[in-house]
Amino acid sequence: MTGPTPRARAAVLGQVRAALASAPPRAVQVPRDYHHEPLTGAGDVERFAETVSEYRARVHRIDADAIAPTVLSLVGPQATVVVPADLPNEWIAGLTTVPDEPALGVEQLDRADAVLTGCALGIAATGTIVLDAGRGQGRRALTLVPDHHICVVRVDQIVDTVPQAFAELTPTRPLTFISGPSATSDIELQRVEGVHGPRTLDVLIVATLPTGRSRMFLAKH
Amino acid sequence: MTTFLGTPGVGNLRGDEPFPAAARTALADSQLRRNIGHATHTIRAKRLNAIRECDDWEQLRAAGSALKQDVMARLPELLEQLEDNVTQRGGVVHWARDGDEANRIVADLIRATGSDEVVKVKSMATQEIGLNEYLEAQGIAAFETDLAELIVQLGHDKPSHILVPAIHRNRAEIREIFTREMPDAGELTDDPRVLAMAARAHLRRKFLTAKVAVSGANFGIAETGTLAVVESEGNGRMCLTLPQTLITVMGIEKVVPTFADLEVFMQLLPRSSTAERMNPYTSMWTGVHPGDGPQEFHLVLLDNGRTRVLADEVGRAALHCIRCSACLNVCPVYERTGGHAYGSVYPGPIGAILSPQLTGTTGHDDPNATLPFASSLCGACFEACPVRIDIPTILVHLRAQQVDQERGTLRGVLFSGQDLAMKAAGWAMSGAGRFSLAEKALAAGRLIAGRDHRISALPWPASKWTASRDIPEPPAETFRQWWNRTHERDRR
Repeated sequence: MTGPTPRARAAVLGQVRAALASAPPRAVQVPRDYHHEPLTGAGDVERFAETVSEYRARVHRIDADAIAPTVLSLVGPQATVVVPADLPNEWIAGLTTVPDEPALGVEQLDRADAVLTGCALGIAATGTIVLDAGRGQGRRALTLVPDHHICVVRVDQIVDTVPQAFAELTPTRPLTFISGPSATSDIELQRVEGVHGPRTLDVLIVATLPTGRSRMFLAKH
Repeated sequence: MTTFLGTPGVGNLRGDEPFPAAARTALADSQLRRNIGHATHTIRAKRLNAIRECDDWEQLRAAGSALKQDVMARLPELLEQLEDNVTQRGGVVHWARDGDEANRIVADLIRATGSDEVVKVKSMATQEIGLNEYLEAQGIAAFETDLAELIVQLGHDKPSHILVPAIHRNRAEIREIFTREMPDAGELTDDPRVLAMAARAHLRRKFLTAKVAVSGANFGIAETGTLAVVESEGNGRMCLTLPQTLITVMGIEKVVPTFADLEVFMQLLPRSSTAERMNPYTSMWTGVHPGDGPQEFHLVLLDNGRTRVLADEVGRAALHCIRCSACLNVCPVYERTGGHAYGSVYPGPIGAILSPQLTGTTGHDDPNATLPFASSLCGACFEACPVRIDIPTILVHLRAQQVDQERGTLRGVLFSGQDLAMKAAGWAMSGAGRFSLAEKALAAGRLIAGRDHRISALPWPASKWTASRDIPEPPAETFRQWWNRTHERDRR
């Protein structure tokens, strides 16, 4: 097998330096006058619900104690639901769950009816949910292979803008940005939902927990 | 079957005939023109809606442009920083001077895993270097998993658009390809949903059993070593998550300084490419994440002509491209010829400035030397570009280089019709008598105009013009004749 190629490395970097030396670029200041104000107060839950549903994801506005019954009504009593091992117990009361511990094989994930997770945050402007493999989210394969993803977003996890989301995320965690169910525009540039990722996405927007933990704490753990 | 002839070393960056000849073939295909016209018009209207929603769109474009200029200015240090961080997080970084070298590195890495097949995420870099063809010759099967790439691969076709490589195919043609190439798919209709489901069924097993995946990257973050892939279908997530080994081929210009810089690009890219607020899926990973995703990660950093582009002070802005394809969708030339006429995997306005710079051009007969002339310079591409690449200025710059190269050569002296025409026009227009005579001569053009009042064929050298354009019939009366006739009384 080829190891890293020191000669090619030196050659490419040498060429880059030579190219820049032959016509030195001017130093640039990046203008940051686009909207990148931090979030003040609560995120725009109405807008989040609207933008998520415009991707044809199904949105449910519920109270914290309604998570398990809502999931049950979505998947039916016979369904097996894959869950990360650290999902709060009260979310899965009365459900037939398969925890990902020890790690499930892809075939098991493929046979499951649905997967239930939390998330790191939601973005109101774009209807995006971000997973970062943190608490209640599990590894990336969990939310990918089952055909139905049910994702719990607490209202205090919602930010308004894309820059606010990047300010809260930790880049060295595995990150997945999800905006609606799997879709394609590859046939005549018309959007069709449902290709390789989960074809059904249910987003449960949950009123804030009474404990009042801050968003920063939950996103960064 | 059409395949790229390619160019040794650099891959699929050059066609086998000049643009005017290739365009003529494309223009004669009325189905192709209908398909591309329909798709580009659909996306144009959607894109305008998507960007109208952002009242800071121009500020975002300015930031994106400045960020890319900064990247180019600091490219050596950013690449070293990226390499450092990927390595520290358990990845292995490889460098490739050209397409051949990158292909060899990827094939060796695949062989080392013991696998003879790979699943692939849509990637312009691997299209550019002709990786699939190379792997096939090495006995390694590469399965494209993006729907449009799959349509191209199963149709033994070549891509014609950066974002939607099968944009030249309509639903009925796609149904035909699937019916022919997927015997298990059963009865298919030409409903896009049915066709997408057929692709899902066709690739499902492959995803769940694949050991090795090959991807490109939209962004590589120097500060952290994080790689990002932006996609829609979930085929990207499948490839980036399920296999044991992941090999990512990334052009060196794709590096960005910091994670926070993605707050700009992740607004610009989705709205400019598929005209959505956000694409369905974006994956970001940093080296190897224990217990989550591939446990072996290789990053191949590709030059393949990029440093040649970087050396041109004006032309280097072509490296700012984030591959959204908005410039293709708004281009009046692309809309009519489609992507194949450009010969390279990078078609449209961005291709017209990128391909000739990546390969360099060998002279007048080099197909890539004709690309900077494949434009009316209307400027729609510049206006649509999310990182404000001034494509018209670079087109003119490359045209000037081309003309300068030929100045003083035999061809320049004998065949520069443009020079001759300009000199003749200068002489005729510099004297009132001569001008009036020329006007009278022009009126004779009415005799050769067709019933549609257009002149579509003239003898040489004017045939060079009429071969690709019609000339409107000259008016029956010139302005000066009209003036004399209607103002006769005033003169007395």
